[in-house]
Amino acid sequence: MQHTIPVDRVGPAGEEMARAVEKCVHCGFCLPTCPTYVTLGQEMDSPRGRIFLMKSALEGGLTVEDALPFVDRCLGCMACVTACPSGVQYAELLTPYRARTEKSRPRSFTERLARTLARETLPYPGRLRLAATTGRLAAPFRRFLPASLSAMLSLLPDELPPATKPLPRTYPAEGQRRARVALLAGCAQQVLAPEINWATLRVLARNGVEVVIPDGQGCCGSLMMHTGDGDGARDLARKNLRAFPKDVDAIVTNAAGCGSGMKEYGLLFKRQPEEAEGRAFAARVRDVSEFLAELGIESPPVSAPIAVAYHDACHLAHAQRVTEAPRQLLRRIPGLTLLEISEGELCCGSAGTYNIEQPALAEAIGRRKAQNILRTDAAMVVTGNIGCIVQIRASLGRLNKPMPVLHTMEVLDRAYRGMEN
Amino acid sequence: MNPHPLIESLAGIYPEGRLLIHPGELASFESDGLTSYRTRPAAVVIAETQGEVIETVTLCHQHGVPFVARGSGTSLSGGSVPVKDGIVIALNRLTRIVRLDLTERIAVVEPGVINLDVSKASAASGLYYAPDPSSQQICTIGGNVAFNSGGAHCLKYGMTSNHVLALKAVLPDGEVVQLGSESVEGVGPDLVGLFVGSEGLFGIALEITLRLLPRPEQYQTVLAAYHSLEAAGNAVASVVASGLLPGAIEIMDRLAIQAAEAAVHPNYPKGAEAVLIVELEGEAEQVAEEYKRLEVVIRDSGAYEVRLAQDEADRQRIWKGRKSAFSAVGRLSPDFIVQDGVVPRSRLGETLAEIKRLSQQYNIRVANVFHAGDGNLHPLILYDGREAGAHERAEKLAGEIIRLCIRLGGSITGEHGVGLEKRGYLPEMYGEADVDLMWKLRCAMDPKQIANRGKMFPSGASDGPQAARATGLHPLEREGIISRE
Repeated sequence: MQHTIPVDRVGPAGEEMARAVEKCVHCGFCLPTCPTYVTLGQEMDSPRGRIFLMKSALEGGLTVEDALPFVDRCLGCMACVTACPSGVQYAELLTPYRARTEKSRPRSFTERLARTLARETLPYPGRLRLAATTGRLAAPFRRFLPASLSAMLSLLPDELPPATKPLPRTYPAEGQRRARVALLAGCAQQVLAPEINWATLRVLARNGVEVVIPDGQGCCGSLMMHTGDGDGARDLARKNLRAFPKDVDAIVTNAAGCGSGMKEYGLLFKRQPEEAEGRAFAARVRDVSEFLAELGIESPPVSAPIAVAYHDACHLAHAQRVTEAPRQLLRRIPGLTLLEISEGELCCGSAGTYNIEQPALAEAIGRRKAQNILRTDAAMVVTGNIGCIVQIRASLGRLNKPMPVLHTMEVLDRAYRGMEN
Repeated sequence: MNPHPLIESLAGIYPEGRLLIHPGELASFESDGLTSYRTRPAAVVIAETQGEVIETVTLCHQHGVPFVARGSGTSLSGGSVPVKDGIVIALNRLTRIVRLDLTERIAVVEPGVINLDVSKASAASGLYYAPDPSSQQICTIGGNVAFNSGGAHCLKYGMTSNHVLALKAVLPDGEVVQLGSESVEGVGPDLVGLFVGSEGLFGIALEITLRLLPRPEQYQTVLAAYHSLEAAGNAVASVVASGLLPGAIEIMDRLAIQAAEAAVHPNYPKGAEAVLIVELEGEAEQVAEEYKRLEVVIRDSGAYEVRLAQDEADRQRIWKGRKSAFSAVGRLSPDFIVQDGVVPRSRLGETLAEIKRLSQQYNIRVANVFHAGDGNLHPLILYDGREAGAHERAEKLAGEIIRLCIRLGGSITGEHGVGLEKRGYLPEMYGEADVDLMWKLRCAMDPKQIANRGKMFPSGASDGPQAARATGLHPLEREGIISRE
């Protein structure tokens, strides 16, 4: 598709945005993998449609406001990137486009409130814990609240898991040390499911990996990066550039969203002084499943048979193209049968803060995912991202069909420890 | 023409959110799979029921406002490009499979049902829907009917028209008709045959009765590599002459292979100028016997490497590479024209040699990926639209290839349809009397010419084309053969 985007006048990523637009041949192969398109069935809510809208807005053929509702409804799941035969790098259009339009957009008071609440709490474990506790108190008044605030509350667990002891600065390898990695401790996950980090440490240690958890690290910045706050994301990312040591084999994360965000540090710092440093950092980032599959793991002991459905987190499968590694790890568990979920490429509707900003759509997309999961007859869902865990749990709950939803590392950890999965 | 009174009436049918009139809502409907044509409609309606479609068509007829039915917008001939100031009727929410009768082996579907979803719905019973356009995971049955879509396996099974038994359709004046019957032995003229492939000019199909076939017991997918495209082309004639009727015979040339490899890594033979994909299918014993014969023919045709699909996953990868090839060529070139012409398959070799010569003469790269078994060529003409005059030169080359097809006794379209793109070539393939007869038929079905106005017929006729080209003039316009009002 030809374009007349004034690349010099649309920000530092003008070239990247124009290239993504130019690559799109409008074939429509992305449509069946787009959660909003399959839910709404209208062109402007498809990746092809959004590319056209962003292109038109950048060229001046449409106003930013005209295109906004449809660009906003994009989950950023990147399933379209996996499906695209032409190689359109959609993230290289969407992320800078959102950053560019974010500043000028009108938002209602409650939208701003919900957004601010999300952005000021999710990345900070202490604040999130406080907010979550307060949120539970507000739950009875939920029906009086605007949709986005109500949606935030509905995602909170009935009871927060007890705060575990703080993570150590290093966690030694068991037996001979085979590798040394630095772990991103994460933010929201530390409050909502602190067990995931501990399970990760134990699984890594069990396989001969020493883990350092650097002081001074913080949120990876993905949440802000993907909602259009480039400056905010860079502030957070800079902290991590400083905090993480260079003498480790990898920077490991167990949250797909964070991994995808950190692998984008090169793009985030494009044409900024830290560009080279950002790129080097990004090159060392590995999802924990990716790292362990490359390293090779020890088989857990035999345990009771169980059928599990593996859910591909979008930020792992589409943004990082990691699909085989977690399956490979899970298949090492004796007695575990791995089931595939139909329409597996579709997002569960979590997508960062999407379930807060587009609650009705997120719920519809989540319902579809839950129904597909139930059709597998699995006894448990396994995935590699805290956002998906929360969303899938809530979606199954709404259908009155709760089942355990665990992180890949938790399942492995339980298997190593001989616990019933 | 003032569409506004119509839009007021439409507001009586469609709730807010399903009658689209704002620029941000309309923009993405401006074009389909053929991006060089763009027109913004006056309104788009998102229909959810057949009744809404019928009411909309009736209103359009009363107001004399043109309408275009749209499925997934994958047409490569501009078939679903809107008409200026007209209405687009989006059918993507008409996705009911009304009936799935596995004993009768039929599926009755609404027009928004996706091609591949028909096969998915019948898979548990060992049945499938045979026509398989490369875009089958997203193109809709409504669009397939309008354009009589083909696909790789149409060599053995025929086009969409061979698989539609009956139709319920709304004609351009709002009348609802039932054509054909569930039996293949119908009485009277083949009105279903008339409707299928009419490019939306006769109205909108609302319910389509499709034939389902039992899925073959076994597939044997063979990749043969050649040092020249011409040799691969000649191999096709040899395979057919040997008496074999494979499910599909496809050819991809070096550029197409390169694009497909980059997109989906199908692992085609290395270093080939062309690969031939031959798929045998049927009962296991028959396939084994046919493969013995095929192997001999392929060895004799000068293939330097032969590879078999190792399992179903490998077979799927081979086909994914083939079916992604058009879009994957986007990796090789910022712009390209997808051409769709037919030549007798006995003349494939010489046609390909001539295309190569033209490519060199114009100094424009041409990738070839096509349904070789039925002589249906898809030369992809690669150019960079930012270079002055490049688009016009590419269109000129495309025109030469189409005329070559006509000269060799073929056709200006195999499966993509005439649409907007080829309407200038219709009078070159058919005599004046033929085109005149087609036009009379069109006017008999649609006296106001509101259904997909401007498609198929060359401009200059009384329903002059409304679509504006994004850039440049058509070569035929420059030569004064056609014009736009």
